[in-house]
Amino acid sequence: MALLEVDDLSVVFTRKGEQPVVAVDGVSFDVDPGQTVGLVGESGCGKSVTALAIMGLLPRRGVRVSGSVRFDGTELLGLPAAAMRDRRGRDLGMVFQDPLSSLNPVVPIGLQITEVLERHRRTPRKKAMVQAGDLLTRVGIPDPRRRLDEYPHQLSGGMRQRALIAMALACRPKLLLADEPTTALDVTIQAQILALLAELVRAGDTDLGDTDLGDTALVMITHDLGVVAGLCDEVNVLYGGRVVERGPRHPLFAAPHHPYTVGLLASVPRLDGPRGQRLSPIRGSVSDNIPWTSGCAFAPRCPNVLGACTSVTPEMEFGPDERLLRCHNPVPAPQEVRA
Amino acid sequence: MSDVLVDVDGLKVHFPIKRGIVHDRTVGYVYAVDGVDLAIRRGETYGLVGESGCGKSTLGRAVLRLSEPTAGRVVFDGTDLAQLSGEPLRRMRRRMQMVFQDPLSSLDPRQSVQSLLVEGLRAHELDRGAEATAARLRELLDVVGLPANALRRYPHEFSGGQRQRIGIARALTVEPDLIVADEPVSALDVSVQAQVLNLLEDLQAQFGLTYLVIAHDLAVVRHIADRVGVMYLGGIVEEADADALYTEPRHPYTRALLSAIPVPDPEVEDRREQILLTGDLPSPAAPPSGCRFHTRCPWRQPSRCDTERPPLREIRPGHRVACHYAEDIAAGRITAPTGLSASRG
Amino acid sequence: MLTSSRRQRIDDLAAGGGAPDAGVSLAVSAWRRLRRSPLFLVGAAIIGVFVVMALLAPWLAQHDPALRLLDDQVSRARNEIPPAQPGHPLGGDQQGRDLYSRMLLGSQQTLLVAVLATVIGLGGGLVLGTLAGAIGGWVDSVVMRLVDVMLSIPSLLLAVSVGALFARQTQFTVILAVAIVQIPIFARLLRGSMLAQRASDHVLAARALGVRRRAIVFRHMLPNSLGPVVVQSTLVLAIAIIDAAALSFLGLGAADDSVPEWGQMLGRAQDVIDSHPQLAFWPAGAIITVALGFTLVGESLRDALDPKNRR
Repeated sequence: MALLEVDDLSVVFTRKGEQPVVAVDGVSFDVDPGQTVGLVGESGCGKSVTALAIMGLLPRRGVRVSGSVRFDGTELLGLPAAAMRDRRGRDLGMVFQDPLSSLNPVVPIGLQITEVLERHRRTPRKKAMVQAGDLLTRVGIPDPRRRLDEYPHQLSGGMRQRALIAMALACRPKLLLADEPTTALDVTIQAQILALLAELVRAGDTDLGDTDLGDTALVMITHDLGVVAGLCDEVNVLYGGRVVERGPRHPLFAAPHHPYTVGLLASVPRLDGPRGQRLSPIRGSVSDNIPWTSGCAFAPRCPNVLGACTSVTPEMEFGPDERLLRCHNPVPAPQEVRA
Repeated sequence: MSDVLVDVDGLKVHFPIKRGIVHDRTVGYVYAVDGVDLAIRRGETYGLVGESGCGKSTLGRAVLRLSEPTAGRVVFDGTDLAQLSGEPLRRMRRRMQMVFQDPLSSLDPRQSVQSLLVEGLRAHELDRGAEATAARLRELLDVVGLPANALRRYPHEFSGGQRQRIGIARALTVEPDLIVADEPVSALDVSVQAQVLNLLEDLQAQFGLTYLVIAHDLAVVRHIADRVGVMYLGGIVEEADADALYTEPRHPYTRALLSAIPVPDPEVEDRREQILLTGDLPSPAAPPSGCRFHTRCPWRQPSRCDTERPPLREIRPGHRVACHYAEDIAAGRITAPTGLSASRG
Repeated sequence: MLTSSRRQRIDDLAAGGGAPDAGVSLAVSAWRRLRRSPLFLVGAAIIGVFVVMALLAPWLAQHDPALRLLDDQVSRARNEIPPAQPGHPLGGDQQGRDLYSRMLLGSQQTLLVAVLATVIGLGGGLVLGTLAGAIGGWVDSVVMRLVDVMLSIPSLLLAVSVGALFARQTQFTVILAVAIVQIPIFARLLRGSMLAQRASDHVLAARALGVRRRAIVFRHMLPNSLGPVVVQSTLVLAIAIIDAAALSFLGLGAADDSVPEWGQMLGRAQDVIDSHPQLAFWPAGAIITVALGFTLVGESLRDALDPKNRR
């Protein structure tokens, strides 16, 4: 059974006297224990809001959340606030893009980690401090004993993100949601953090003592296709608040079928590609002017657009290669082109 | 006319760190740019890469003399910019323009696109009558791919990519020779980045522009630049033609940087050898002695590296490296201790 | 097939067009948000009534506010003050003058005090703040130290001191005293946002473009710095009314009370506040209401001008 089942999740922001804004428009995906699932998309595709909805971190007022989020067999949507708080930090951990604003600036790092342990595991303060030190070591922070007493501003960006990951992992959550965890960091630091995340998720069979983090599932939210290519077992490509293509990373990157996925891949310069080749961008820009209600949201930017694309909303169906796809006119696999 | 448009010679930009209540005392300096030599040839694209805090943006601004250099010279087409001030400097600005990272914050929110574009024309007496100006503006919009009705609208009404086009159009109004583009695409959505990169290439071909493109994204720089300089803590550590730099990086930092970039291809990702650097960038206010990179360098040697700052020396025609042991590392005579180099997957 | 209108719309969107030709400036979009704000509407209504009252006061008032029409009903010995009666809806004051007419005409003076004090304070603050923010360096240091000294004196004490400097207290000395207190506040506010503007990308862009310094200051820095100043002005209108009332109350108002002013009326009412609270109630109530009106408008302006609310 899947650890996390998100089914037809929708999030609508309503503001008095204004048009409601649909941020997430029926997103569905599953995460198995120990699996790494990627949510990829550009700004406004609803990937961050999806994570906040799963964590129950959206404000209660002015937001309509519908659909279903089942975690370990329990429906999370509509769970009382107190029950949700118990889950957060214990079963569900989250790492944000900006580690500085996600840490309390006036509380030492150590105390922020032990707080989680004390609250969810009733670990006594002294023992929790020892565990916090082990956690910092685990996430690669040198000299952890000293760091425990330091405040977030005394740490570098990469160290803060490590501390945040340590906090999220303190109670050995079954699921870790990482929302653009490396976007604010430099490439060399990004490489460190990604290696750390990959290691934490895949550390299932190694003995790591008290900080054994086996079978933690990871939901990786990012705009960076490179990050996804290296890390995720299953990839969901989002556009306009819906998943438009899903598949295991190898076939998905080898033969993307949705014109948006194809376009995204063609529009980023690659380090290993031939130089001097012109990029083929997707025309236009992300716009919420045409929703999914009548036709495909990507139609205005799509090079493969058909008549049906602007009148009939495409459903999530099995496309070529048994891959899930939301498109009337998918791009054929490269070998089919050659044939 | 010489082949070199911009000649940067021993450039240093140090920012004083001030403290004090009544009287500001200088308690130290941030060595943002600390001795940079580079030459940008007419019509080429010079790419400057480095991580945050390496001084690449400050260098870009110093080239345009928007930052005051502490020492060194920037010679633009035969004129030393450091000697200019007041009106002659202002006149000179017509020939060198800048494109900013954040297109929204670099456009005055209270000005319509029209007045943003007309401003440069006015400042340099390039507006010759209402009709000629209107025609020029239409032409500019057309060149950067904006609809004609954009003129009467305001920056906040455009998407990120379009705003960047406005910023580029503004730079083009005064018909410059050099454009310094500081992270021109990093604030944009992935699918839009390519549009702007293509536009920059088209404009270069059309107007014979010279570019200094500053970016942290090595793939972007590789795509657009003819020659690339890699910066680390205020200095250039390696400089070469783009092809040579990416296929045969010689400085340990360049190698680590290149190995850290994820590639959107799982096949490549599974095999990618990574050089994981330990630790963080040291503070530019207290740079390490000797080679600035020695604190993080996997190939660090016990002698010289921490005492003697390696000069940027030419190891092959057009390929300059600031490393004492570049040849030894390339030939495999010095190897990194195991454990620092890790493979993924 | 695609319907043609839909096709057009898609092409427009792809080209980034589809929007109306004329753009919406920041000021216009702020006004649109403002119009929807209930706080603003209430505040604006209060101010509207107040201004109309002040403008029409000479015609609305049935009596000359200086005439002791009800003098026969005043008895100092028995502490009698004319009560409300036909023709005099609020009764009279200690000297038998019609309170209703005095209230109406008092609004004129109060409005005058508020507007003049704010304009003088704003003007002084604009000059100092622009100097400090645009030139910087030692000019900035000198101006800001001066401002700090002024700010370190409690505002009312400063106003009292300024008021006391003049041999003869008039309405104008009150205005000046209230205005001078506001100058450093405006100067500091403007200087702060000018400095932020000076460091901003769009000012750097203008410099890079070779725009002249004067144009940068007056076209880019100043207009973008005025938001908080505009908000502060509306709030100062309220503060000025209250400060002026306080000065009058403390006896530093105009010596001549034939021209009524609310603060001064309140001040004169303090002798008889136990026995005849209505003399204090009406001016005090009016001052509070009007000050509230300006504050509401100021607060809603602050929200409307906040760029984070832009959409």
